[in-house]
Amino acid sequence: MNFCRSLLAVLALAYAGAVSAQELRIGLASEPTSMDPHYHNLSPNNSLLSHVFESLVDQDERQRLQPGLAQSWKAIDDTTWEFKLRRGVKFHDGTPFTADDVLFSFERAPNVEASPASFGIYARGKTLVKVDDHTLHIKTAAPYPLMPNDVSQIFIVSRKHGAGARTPDYNAGKAAIGTGAFRYVEYTPGNRIILQRNDGYWGAKPQWARVVFRGIKSAPSRVAALLAGDVDLIEQVPATDMERLRKDPKLAIAQIVSNRIMYLHLDHWRDDSPFVKGKDGGPIKNPLRDQRVRAAISKAIDRDAIVSRVMEGMAIKAGQLLPEGFFGVSSKLQPVAQDAAGAKQLLAAAGVPNGFRLTIHAPNDRYPNDAKIAEAVGQMLSRIGIDTEVVTMTSGVFFREASSGGPDKSPKFSFILAGWGSGTGETSSPLKSLLATFDREKGMGGANRGRYSNPEVDKLIDQALATVDDARRQGLLARAAEVAIEDIGIIPLHYVVNTWAMRRGFSYKARADEYTLAGGVSKAN
Amino acid sequence: MVFVIRRILQSLLVVLVMSLVVFVGVHVVGDPVHILISDDMTQAEIDRFIQKLGLDRPVHVQYLHFLANAARGDLGNSFVHGEPALKLILERMPATLELALAAFLLAIVVGIPLGMYAGLRPESPASRAIMAGSILGFSLPTFWVGLMLIMVFAVMLGWLPSTGRGEFLSWDGLRHLALPAINLALFKMALVTRLARAGTREAALQDYVRFARAKGLSPARVVLVHVLKNILIPVVTVLGLELGGLIAFSVVTETVFAWPGMGKLLIDSIQRLDRPVVVAYLVITVVMFVVINLIVDLLYAALDPRVRLQEMKA
Repeated sequence: MNFCRSLLAVLALAYAGAVSAQELRIGLASEPTSMDPHYHNLSPNNSLLSHVFESLVDQDERQRLQPGLAQSWKAIDDTTWEFKLRRGVKFHDGTPFTADDVLFSFERAPNVEASPASFGIYARGKTLVKVDDHTLHIKTAAPYPLMPNDVSQIFIVSRKHGAGARTPDYNAGKAAIGTGAFRYVEYTPGNRIILQRNDGYWGAKPQWARVVFRGIKSAPSRVAALLAGDVDLIEQVPATDMERLRKDPKLAIAQIVSNRIMYLHLDHWRDDSPFVKGKDGGPIKNPLRDQRVRAAISKAIDRDAIVSRVMEGMAIKAGQLLPEGFFGVSSKLQPVAQDAAGAKQLLAAAGVPNGFRLTIHAPNDRYPNDAKIAEAVGQMLSRIGIDTEVVTMTSGVFFREASSGGPDKSPKFSFILAGWGSGTGETSSPLKSLLATFDREKGMGGANRGRYSNPEVDKLIDQALATVDDARRQGLLARAAEVAIEDIGIIPLHYVVNTWAMRRGFSYKARADEYTLAGGVSKAN
Repeated sequence: MVFVIRRILQSLLVVLVMSLVVFVGVHVVGDPVHILISDDMTQAEIDRFIQKLGLDRPVHVQYLHFLANAARGDLGNSFVHGEPALKLILERMPATLELALAAFLLAIVVGIPLGMYAGLRPESPASRAIMAGSILGFSLPTFWVGLMLIMVFAVMLGWLPSTGRGEFLSWDGLRHLALPAINLALFKMALVTRLARAGTREAALQDYVRFARAKGLSPARVVLVHVLKNILIPVVTVLGLELGGLIAFSVVTETVFAWPGMGKLLIDSIQRLDRPVVVAYLVITVVMFVVINLIVDLLYAALDPRVRLQEMKA
């Protein structure tokens, strides 16, 4: 019996060897938590599931919007968007894709049982009206310019297989029927995910007949798997190995600046801030509320040193919320250059010539090199007289305390390091969450852990979010960023660079959103 | 019989205390909500999720709720995966058992002969080399050895795959199993070698061995029957305990070799503060240790007639 099985396996192996030219093996840093496209709004999930499922609007490698299952879209009045659906698209089981599937998906997305990060933020407040099988109107109560961005986040599932299906049905593959370029073959949590090319795909057919994704969380093991040739491509190359991999003639590297900014948030709202002390350790009036002190901190930081030494070149210094090329970016804002003398002058002008004591809090397992960045910032601030203590902790503790660890669920810390990735690929996302005045009911300032509040910024954000015209909205967003950054609502440090490494002969179209897509991998000859 | 019942009651108490400690411990460590949610979520959305998981209630209420469900065999759903914690663990158990048993066999098959040889010829250079090697086996950190094994056998020589698991009991599967099993076995091998050596040195001087030799029995029979049988008791005791450890806590090896077992699930769950999985995992672990200890006790009786006699008297 065992012998037969072994023999079969050997034959299967020989067969696998024969087709391996069409097989792609990818080493993932983080595995998806589910195969249900509406269960968990998390990058690894969205990345993997976009092989199997598609949305009406697609995002390209720089997160620019592209036609997906909708061929075109436009706002027909202030509160109605019209989407023209692509004709002739079929699900993996052969049933045609129609407006009913879209209606079903938008109904399901916000209501998945026990979803840890629901897609409700994108689906709620929208009324879908089916005009005909291939035309759809989406209405909102107020003008809503981000409609195509929101729509790009909702995967379309088959109504036929999705009705009544729960998350385990998707994990088991029973309901995992989409329109994407790949079909579900196998999902073994903790081990591997296998996909197979969908030969009936409406778009450009991928080069790979079969794709095997393996979760290799440990970074050195991931690199070793690539070096040993067990995988063709890995994501999230650790900075410490960059130098070596770059020199290896058997490997190639792909990089792109990401939508993630690393920034410092400061206490803007308390006169007596818990982690700010006088030089003698006694209480002082919170100097961080003075724009000149914030400017001094920004000037004390040597962003070039952080980029080259701490990040080993895997970052680009930042002067605003998103890198150049993204929607809503200002052409005026530049990274602040280090100027210790200027910083000291500003401190003197603000009445704290000798500095003060400050504690910076940071997570130590959430962003690339997060703890090391905090240490570098601490040293740089100490140089201008702000004696900085560095405290780092695991992200589960950090985010709870930073968001709501103080009295009345207020932020606990005075000065923190954090990061923000813009899922929508434009600046309204960081503006709304980091810089708009905190307002639970309006859903604004959700991650405004410094409680920055500036009526002018709020007004500009509100205006932008109600302006459907792209050019005018772009101007308003850029203006909002300029006002907030000049007032130093947050201190931008750098944008993270996403890195993939692959065997020679392979190439990858690097993506700003950190997604690792088999369709973006190609092999010469 | 009374003995078995007492054991079971004791272990229930252990499970209860342990679940309480873990429950409170994970609660104190941090908040799973802030790890699971996506950045863009509004506060209202976050509150809804917290309520759905019941995390807004005081921890003792959550614990009582957990106990009530556990009594019905429901250890809760994973916060991260939305599936029953027990199912997630059991799904990965075969991989871990495969790895642990392979390492266990390796430790015995290599460790006992080496140890006996070193015990019989303590002064020979080979024995010294074995003992020096066993010190390395003890002291080198597992993750480092794992990475070195990958570097040498997968990256430089290209003989074996670096990470992952193949089909069970196939050639490919054995190739995948080799490196992680060796890595996991190394420490136990050293342990068994040292135990076997100490036991052999002691037994070799005993009267019954001398007598057997004097009787003219072949050296092979003396060693393989008379000595071996007598050194097995300490080895079985220790290995029994170690087997539990191998199964439950092969975390490092599983992480380094991306082995899809329970250890990897445990470490991922701890990092994401997935309390239901962590608690369920430890409950299962306690149960497993209890069962293994029971088997060890029964093995004693089989190996050592004196234990049997005591039982009969009692």
